[in-house]
Amino acid sequence: MTIDMSQFYQVFFDEADELLAEMEKLLLALDVSAPDSEDLNAIFRAAHSIKGGAATFAFTDITEVTHMLESLLDRIRKGEMGLTPEHVDAFLVAKDVLTMQMDGHHHGSSVDQAAVDSVCQRLKALSQGIVPDTSTAAPSPSVAAAAPEPVAAPVVDADGNCRFRIELPDVPQKDVDALAAELGLLGTIVQETLDDKRAAFILTSGESQDNIVAICSFVLDPDDLKITYDAAPAAASADTVPGTPAEDPGYGIFEPENGPAAAPQVPTAAADAAAVPAGEVKNYGRRATDREGGSQESSSIRVSVEKVDQLINLVGELVITQAMIEQRIAALDPLHHERLLNSAGQLARNTRDLQEAVMSIRMMPMDYVFSRFPRMVRDLAAKLGKKVEFVTRGAATELDKGLIERIVDPLTHLVRNSVDHGVEMPDRRTASGKNETGKLVLSAAHQGGNIVIEVSDDGGGLNRERILDKARQQGLPVSDSMPDSDVWQLIFAPGFSTAEVVTDVSGRGVGMGVVKRNITAMGGTVDIRSIPGTGTTIAISLPLTLAILDGMSVRVGEEIYILPLGYVIESLQPAAVDVKEVAGQGRVVKVREEYLPLIPLHQIFAIDPQFEDPSQGIIVILETEGKKAALLVDSLVGQQQVVVKNLETNFRKVAGISGATILGDGGVSLILDVSALLRSSRQLAADPVFF
Amino acid sequence: MTKTILAVDDSGSLRQMLSFSLKAAGYGVIEAIDGEDGLNKAKRQTVDLVLTDQNMPGMDGLSLIRALRAMKNYQNVPILMLTTESGDDIKAMGRAAGANGWLVKPFDPARLTEVVKKLIG
Repeated sequence: MTIDMSQFYQVFFDEADELLAEMEKLLLALDVSAPDSEDLNAIFRAAHSIKGGAATFAFTDITEVTHMLESLLDRIRKGEMGLTPEHVDAFLVAKDVLTMQMDGHHHGSSVDQAAVDSVCQRLKALSQGIVPDTSTAAPSPSVAAAAPEPVAAPVVDADGNCRFRIELPDVPQKDVDALAAELGLLGTIVQETLDDKRAAFILTSGESQDNIVAICSFVLDPDDLKITYDAAPAAASADTVPGTPAEDPGYGIFEPENGPAAAPQVPTAAADAAAVPAGEVKNYGRRATDREGGSQESSSIRVSVEKVDQLINLVGELVITQAMIEQRIAALDPLHHERLLNSAGQLARNTRDLQEAVMSIRMMPMDYVFSRFPRMVRDLAAKLGKKVEFVTRGAATELDKGLIERIVDPLTHLVRNSVDHGVEMPDRRTASGKNETGKLVLSAAHQGGNIVIEVSDDGGGLNRERILDKARQQGLPVSDSMPDSDVWQLIFAPGFSTAEVVTDVSGRGVGMGVVKRNITAMGGTVDIRSIPGTGTTIAISLPLTLAILDGMSVRVGEEIYILPLGYVIESLQPAAVDVKEVAGQGRVVKVREEYLPLIPLHQIFAIDPQFEDPSQGIIVILETEGKKAALLVDSLVGQQQVVVKNLETNFRKVAGISGATILGDGGVSLILDVSALLRSSRQLAADPVFF
Repeated sequence: MTKTILAVDDSGSLRQMLSFSLKAAGYGVIEAIDGEDGLNKAKRQTVDLVLTDQNMPGMDGLSLIRALRAMKNYQNVPILMLTTESGDDIKAMGRAAGANGWLVKPFDPARLTEVVKKLIG
């Protein structure tokens, strides 16, 4: 039977990718001085599984590398060899090589054979260099191991036993039984039947060949006996392949063919069990938590992103339709149409649940992005001669797939910057009284309707003076009295300080403008906090998803705008006495003992409001990036989920507007860009046409 | 009647291959992702043959074989170990645990069906 193996390749590649990623993660987390045996086992198993798969699909190059990796790992996990940083380095390089080889098979990309050879040499050197006893070194690769050849020399096992293969002449069955009983006293014995119906024994015993011959001579003529040393294990060699004795089948049945199913316990099983060192068994035990991966694998399906997006789009339309129905029937008399209204209510709930469920399909854990950094930080730190401890928090936080893919590049840039320019050299850190190992924290957390991703280092911090100097040179409008937060934002200015000295080390700010642009394009914001000598934190705030948002609809004049609910703290009608004019800064409103800048929405969009006076309208308190402001509108209309339609692709970018949506009545409503509104609230007051 | 085989392996690709090869040879196949899963499925239905990997997370192949042999209805069901570890000790352990035979991974589908046929026809 021939089977086209290529149909299983994809599963193998996916599986191997996951295993390699898992292996790398575990290797990076490994404490070299006191490695966790469960982790070592897990790493070993990853190599082992890839080897098994690669061998199955005849990717011999991968088998070769994984084999060396596996045997080295096996000795380490069994405690035959100590783990050193060199091991971890070599394993990581081996992982890279395997990824490359995998890509080679998968996508046909080129494979750097020199790198493969080099890692093989390295692994070989490690396995020889530390334990010179080559007899316990790597067993032959499983491909070869599948075909053990009998050797002429006696093979003595750990207990001093030899394996003999004794072929009997054609003798009556009772003689065979008698011999089996006699020889059974010498050691463990397995009986098999040769092609020509003759019997043969595989005897594992400490006795000499002469003694065996002597015992046999009681029953038959010793000259008719054929005794050879057998390299294969007693159990293994009992297999019989009629007609092809020379070719190893790669399998074996522990008993002759006379009813293997009936009696699994061969006479010698007990002896074998006793011969097995009890301690060995636990090496094959695995921790229970590993199971999860396997369970997930069997209960998930792979679906193309287009399909999911189509689904989301359709649900979006459904939400709009449902909102339309809700609006149409709102005018109906509840007494006469009770049932219809109940059903409509149910429809609303179901629609919302459906929408949430569908949206969650697109959500992916941040780990997808975070997992690529430990390695990068490790390599970069090693290259720069720095010591960096890398910590991730909130890797399980979920974010829309579209955003997660676009955040990779900016985040890579920020992390690299932190290692390169944030964390100081060990001697410098020691001199300033810090731990010589710097700490880099990458964290993600949900905050309202946003996800906040922070890259935080405990390095030297940004240098305010140099940034200001640099800004002046570039002709940017700056003053010495600027607050720190505004100074830090300067490094995002386009073209600001590319490769110029900014921090004490050099060039932080390289490409920061690009980072900021990317984040802004995603509807997010970047915030910097930095304290000289203590460190820098760069916080990226992103909306969870771009497709749908919970909105509060507000009316100004004839227009209805949508405010993303995540920004809304409360809404109220202020007393006239609480609204004050501040010279040169417009009006402020006192809310709970706090003065907030007042942003009259009608001024921004130059529309005629119903109420100019805040005490007659409604103010909505908004908060973003730690800043609060009060937005003046005529009235609140309601709360609803809206499907965000991109304004840029359909029209053009409009300042102060982040998108548009279709309302239940079919009308179009604009979604306000709250961050932009608040960021400019100060300038707004002075200059109503700021946008 | 179609003979049913329980195939236990933590690797999805291997399971798929086992399943495909065995089904092509006319057997029914139940897949299990590890020892524990295998044991549960074996309890639900007494199968005609068990094929199990050794190296699995949680309950490994040897433990599964021992657990199966401790069950009344699995005293006489043939059990084959699938293993990349072709070493003597693992086979001896498998044998002691009650396995009827072994098959080295990577396996050739033809070899697989050959050994299965030997055991259950």
